[in-house]
Amino acid sequence: MALEKITSITGRAVCVPGNDIDTDRIIPARYLKCITFDSLGEGLFYDVRKNADGTDKPHPLNEARFKGATILLSGANFGCGSSREHAPQAIQKYGFKAVVAEGFAEIFFGNCTTLGIPCAAASREDIARIAAAVEKNPATEVVIDVVKQEIRFAGQTVKATVREAARDALVNGRWDPIGELLDGVPAVKTTAAKLPYVTV
Amino acid sequence: MPKSLFEKVWDAHAVRTLANGQTQLLIGTHLIHEVTSPQAFGMMRDLGLKVAMPHRTFATVDHIVPTDQVAEPYRDPLAQAMMDELRKSCREFGITFFDRATGKQGIVHIVGPEQGITQPGTTIACGDSHTSTHGAFGAVAFGIGTTQIRDVLATQTMALGKLKVRRIDVTGRLRPGVYAKDVILHIIRTLGVNGGTGFAYEYGGEVFDRFTMEERMTVCNMSIEGGARAGYVNPDETTFAYLKGRPYSPKDAAWNEAVARWKSFASDAGCHYDDVVTINGADIAPTVTWGINPGQGISIVEAVPDPATAKGVDEKSSIEEALAYMKLKPGAPIKGTKIDVAFIGSCTNGRLSDFQEVARFVKGRKVAAGVKAIAVPGSQIVAAQCEKLGLDKILSEAGFEWRAAGCSMCLAMNPDKLVGDQLCASSSNRNFKGRQGSPTGRTLLMSPLMVAAAAVTGAVADAREVFAVN
Ligand code: SF4
Repeated sequence: MALEKITSITGRAVCVPGNDIDTDRIIPARYLKCITFDSLGEGLFYDVRKNADGTDKPHPLNEARFKGATILLSGANFGCGSSREHAPQAIQKYGFKAVVAEGFAEIFFGNCTTLGIPCAAASREDIARIAAAVEKNPATEVVIDVVKQEIRFAGQTVKATVREAARDALVNGRWDPIGELLDGVPAVKTTAAKLPYVTV
Repeated sequence: MPKSLFEKVWDAHAVRTLANGQTQLLIGTHLIHEVTSPQAFGMMRDLGLKVAMPHRTFATVDHIVPTDQVAEPYRDPLAQAMMDELRKSCREFGITFFDRATGKQGIVHIVGPEQGITQPGTTIACGDSHTSTHGAFGAVAFGIGTTQIRDVLATQTMALGKLKVRRIDVTGRLRPGVYAKDVILHIIRTLGVNGGTGFAYEYGGEVFDRFTMEERMTVCNMSIEGGARAGYVNPDETTFAYLKGRPYSPKDAAWNEAVARWKSFASDAGCHYDDVVTINGADIAPTVTWGINPGQGISIVEAVPDPATAKGVDEKSSIEEALAYMKLKPGAPIKGTKIDVAFIGSCTNGRLSDFQEVARFVKGRKVAAGVKAIAVPGSQIVAAQCEKLGLDKILSEAGFEWRAAGCSMCLAMNPDKLVGDQLCASSSNRNFKGRQGSPTGRTLLMSPLMVAAAAVTGAVADAREVFAVN
């Protein structure tokens, strides 16, 4: 399985501010009642984006000027809470290709990487700078450079960290590990043979 | 070299190092449920893959099952579709399914231990973040996403980076009326909701030595709420006594061998920990959350924080956001806050001992007028145990609705939901915005006995006073 080498993401950005944005907020539980991930995009941030009657609440994702953004900016501990892959799936199905935040919850980070979504960590000040540029001109082109671990926008360059194992997996096109794991199956048998509870 | 349990289990299950530096880790036990696995089975079919070890894969249904209806079809066609899908996949791939008709169905983290599937020195994965529960047995257990479920189904392995280990010692004794739930709420409050990032938590100390398996499970369950990827307690005689005679526990000669092997996995004296935290058990009080993440907790005698006294802008804005959502007044005592709903159940506190403790104290008392109270056993076996002891009657007479096993109002993917901005005293594990089924619903996390105290008084109360616990 040849996977795309994800070396950089270029696009417009939108900021959904806040710390500790949890997976229940990213995709409310009722959207988990599905047997495929295909239509999850519409549930993204639903309860903070929509009123009970389906009309819009004030939310960055509802603003016409940010439509088509492919880079999501946010605060600290983004994606905390449940292990549901529905959260990164909803982000991806909505159209986002990368997430920039001060930090990420671990399972969320891993789930994103496996889907080929780079999660780049940047400082609060730098995220605020990008957000300010985007606020001033929503058409600002933002480049997440996964190789150089930097973000370029409006003539500025700031540092962005993508943890090493994830960076390696993304830039070398092995973010979905299934091929490599299947290659290891003969070795799995050797390990399993030493574990009585597995072989019974 | 002395090693921790985590390292020993890791080393025994490491298959090889992958190109990106992560480890291909063998997962000895794979637990699945209806919400996160259908898509994984879909991926398996798309790729034409087979389940590598169907005999090490076990399924049950918990999240979507109605607790007031057992007969199918369910009123909600989507719930029925998920049920059907799991049944179909289990049949197709030859996986054991603890369906409702078996009498062994329940919340996946209750079923595994109950069946003796959860064992010391093993690796466990499940597409559910509270998989850390199984660490109570000295297993290393990970919550995983759906693509990883596919990986485990197809190869019985997954790619993972090694964790650091933080030892958390809880010393001395807990005071009367203080429970395992208070211990973990206190730990999360102290170390923060992301304090555990990159760590497995090893819990120990006199308090854990004395804890029953059910109490250990309550603590390990919420490790993830403190940001830790896994949490565990070293196996000891309490662990072995619990496992003896369970359906999947080793039998006869194999039992003694298994116990010897299990013991060998416990952390060695003098092993290296990346961090050590010590908490005095006597300092822990009955704890209640007031905010919108499990770290926003206070003891029952404290007041809701005031943003004016916050340390720094971050804390100030998070307190403001939480208070606005929770509709609580800064600086007001949490005690006396009126509640609408009381929920006892979930994989954190839906086991026999939880209902025993509540029944012991609510016997002869009544749920306050205007409060909806529900008690939901975590599994069909827990339900049967409670019913045999007549706990269901005691609870029903007190005014609790006694339901069928499932996740119920913990995340409300079933008909049990909050309505509007109802305030719920809940024995579950998450108080995120909208968690209990209403986008404006509010949750206060606490121990089952504290939920019971709130139920009978109609407001957040100190169970020690309400029930004269001493
Ligand atoms: S009881 Fe709650 S936390 Fe536990 S598995 Fe069910 S939904 Fe998840």
